[in-house]
Amino acid sequence: MAESQASAATHGAHVEEHEPEYELGFVRKYIFSTDHKIIGIQFLFTTLFFFLIGGLLVLAVRWQLAWPWSNMPIFGPLVFGSEGGQISPEFYTMAFTMHASIMIFMVVIPILAGAFGNFIIPLQIGARDMAFPKLNMFSYWFMWPAMCCFVASFFVEGGAAASGWTSYPPLSSVWSAAPGSGMGQTLWLTGVSFVGVSSLMGSLNYITTIVTMRCPGMTLFRMPLTTWSLFITAILQAFALPVLTAALVMQIMDRLAGTGFFIPPELVVNNVEASGTGTGGQPILWQHLFWFYSHPAVYIMILPAMGINSDVMATFARKPIFGYKPMVYAISGIAGLGFIVWGHHMFQSGMNPYLGTAFMISTMFIALPSAVKVFNWLGTLWGGNIRFTAAMLNAVAFVSTFIIGGLSGIFMAATPVDIHIHDTYFIVAHIHYVLFGGSVFAIFAGIYYWYPKMFGRHMNEPLGKLHFFLTFTFANLAFFPMHLLGVAGFPRRLADPYHYITFKHLLGLNQFITVCAICLGLTQLIFMFNIIISLIGGKRAGKNPWDSNSLEWQADSPAPHGNWGPSLPVVHRGPYEYSSPEVQEDWLPQTRDLNAEKASS
Amino acid sequence: MSHGASSGLEGDLKMPLSKAKFAMWLFLATEIMFFAGLLGTYIVLRAGNPGVFGLPYTGWDVMWWLPAINTVVLITSSFTMVKAVSAVQKGSASGVSFFLLATALLGCVFMAIKFYEYGYKFDHGIYPSTNVFYTCYFLTTGLHGLHVAGGIVVIFCLFIKAMLTGYPRNSETVEIIGLYWHFVDLVWIYLFPLVYLL
Repeated sequence: MAESQASAATHGAHVEEHEPEYELGFVRKYIFSTDHKIIGIQFLFTTLFFFLIGGLLVLAVRWQLAWPWSNMPIFGPLVFGSEGGQISPEFYTMAFTMHASIMIFMVVIPILAGAFGNFIIPLQIGARDMAFPKLNMFSYWFMWPAMCCFVASFFVEGGAAASGWTSYPPLSSVWSAAPGSGMGQTLWLTGVSFVGVSSLMGSLNYITTIVTMRCPGMTLFRMPLTTWSLFITAILQAFALPVLTAALVMQIMDRLAGTGFFIPPELVVNNVEASGTGTGGQPILWQHLFWFYSHPAVYIMILPAMGINSDVMATFARKPIFGYKPMVYAISGIAGLGFIVWGHHMFQSGMNPYLGTAFMISTMFIALPSAVKVFNWLGTLWGGNIRFTAAMLNAVAFVSTFIIGGLSGIFMAATPVDIHIHDTYFIVAHIHYVLFGGSVFAIFAGIYYWYPKMFGRHMNEPLGKLHFFLTFTFANLAFFPMHLLGVAGFPRRLADPYHYITFKHLLGLNQFITVCAICLGLTQLIFMFNIIISLIGGKRAGKNPWDSNSLEWQADSPAPHGNWGPSLPVVHRGPYEYSSPEVQEDWLPQTRDLNAEKASS
Repeated sequence: MSHGASSGLEGDLKMPLSKAKFAMWLFLATEIMFFAGLLGTYIVLRAGNPGVFGLPYTGWDVMWWLPAINTVVLITSSFTMVKAVSAVQKGSASGVSFFLLATALLGCVFMAIKFYEYGYKFDHGIYPSTNVFYTCYFLTTGLHGLHVAGGIVVIFCLFIKAMLTGYPRNSETVEIIGLYWHFVDLVWIYLFPLVYLL
């Protein structure tokens, strides 16, 4: 407390607009905080909690696929006591739906845009806070109604949503279609709408902050790539999300007001006429509107990861990032193409072949900017003086697994191949290679890298490395065989594919995947343990523990409210001038003024 | 590689517009995407149900001139909003209050007519579920109505603030809310022919 009073005394006089906020009670400081760093950390802990929930849900899915209709140990009697510990087909459907929904809407998007976006952007551009701190606070608190909807949906009649995270009508729109299409589906739609509002508030804030609040000397092309990627991600969110919001409103109306936007005429569900008088709607319309958002959403989930990865790699390879501007253009290119490729999710939905071809070609083009990024990361590593910290290991793992995920993406982009692998485990393999192998490794890298800045302490490095090696091993062992399942035609989203004789021989492979998935899940406990014990017992970190250049490492660890003390930093160069011949050290912070040093000596 | 401290010291931060105004323009851009989703749906459903759209429906005799009056009301409210902004620039406190109140009241007139129109339809047994045309009709005009209602609340708050404290001459607040109000007006200009005339 004395320390914060002292800093208030030194800062207060110079920073009028922040002056009254230095003496805040616990609630204003840590709960209803308007400080971007606290909000970022709030996002971080909330999303990590949901990471565990989402992980548990998928273990139920994996259990059923490996040992179908057998009693699940430990959890089985607790959750499905009435069925004698078996997973019901309804619960299976619900589990994979909510696994994906939670991982996408409650974990990966909010951790990248919410946690990293909030924490990193003002620090990296030399701002004192976001442009609209209150709006920023609301963007976090709007996640809570969403979380409540998601969690509550498990306890309503019929259980949580069970129509897949894509929520395709008519399954999702007709109450009687399935148990999960009841109240749970309505709560799902409401929850996702709240996530959308939260993301929209966040992205308006990020764009405004980056455009208007950079510190002196921080030109756009001196911004670190994390900030660049978060900037472009925010633009993607701002322009794609409203379309999803419109679609969610329509599906809610279909369910509650008896309209028929997405319900075809003369639809019969469970031998009952399900269409009302007003129907003449089109299920495929939902798919178009949904994927118009959700395809950009997959870039929302990977672009910030790419940015984080670039910063971590340059720092620990002690080299400038290879091709800084091409990296920026590649991010923009991926984002731009991301808007015109949504139809590649719908090759099987019925589509004019010419349109399908256009979507196929535009999708293939995404390989180009993605490859530019991969080669630039390799170029960054090449000849570098690499420091194999836990953060760096995760970053390298990101690149290698992302290549696998990217290549399987090309298979899916090709319409003829996609017709075979559509809705098989090949798709599941792809999404997990880019989302777990990609985004999650970069998230780990980012957490190991910025943890000292967030909490003033290091995470335990040996535990971090152990976590990395186990995660890398089990992730690949769990996700790679899914490609094989997919090529064999093994369908996703079926509670018992072995019902079909053709898939009987795949049971062994599935059991192997399940064992690896359980190990992967247990490994994450090491990470959670590390985060928690390091808060108390971690090694104290100085301002710049990794000898990094970018601005956030010029602030205190953890940075005080207002970040910069009396005056804003002044930037003299780009963020990646490692091993510069101009100085003895192998790092050259953006704020260091060599001309002034020469003049004084 | 390192450039001198003098080059780009101010960066490119000489912004031609303020943070709040920038954010409002950005928000309106996202709103365009929102209404694009709705109008896209209208186009797709209209194309898929050629017989349902464009017919004269129950109460069409009332239906065409009520929204026509509403269009005039909304355009007039845009005019009073412009006058409110110009009153801020002239420093006329009474002018700001008067024109903000006028804008909010015109917005209320719009909503009142809207309620009458909806009520008239409900009385004749017409609901969003009646057919695809009315589904689109209630969706688009309803969401537009929500935007108007939100605008009225904000403008009324501005009015109360203008009454109590007035706005300084360089204040942008009224102008920024004005941008939103004009946008909502513009959306109506598109909706009116789409749902009532075509």
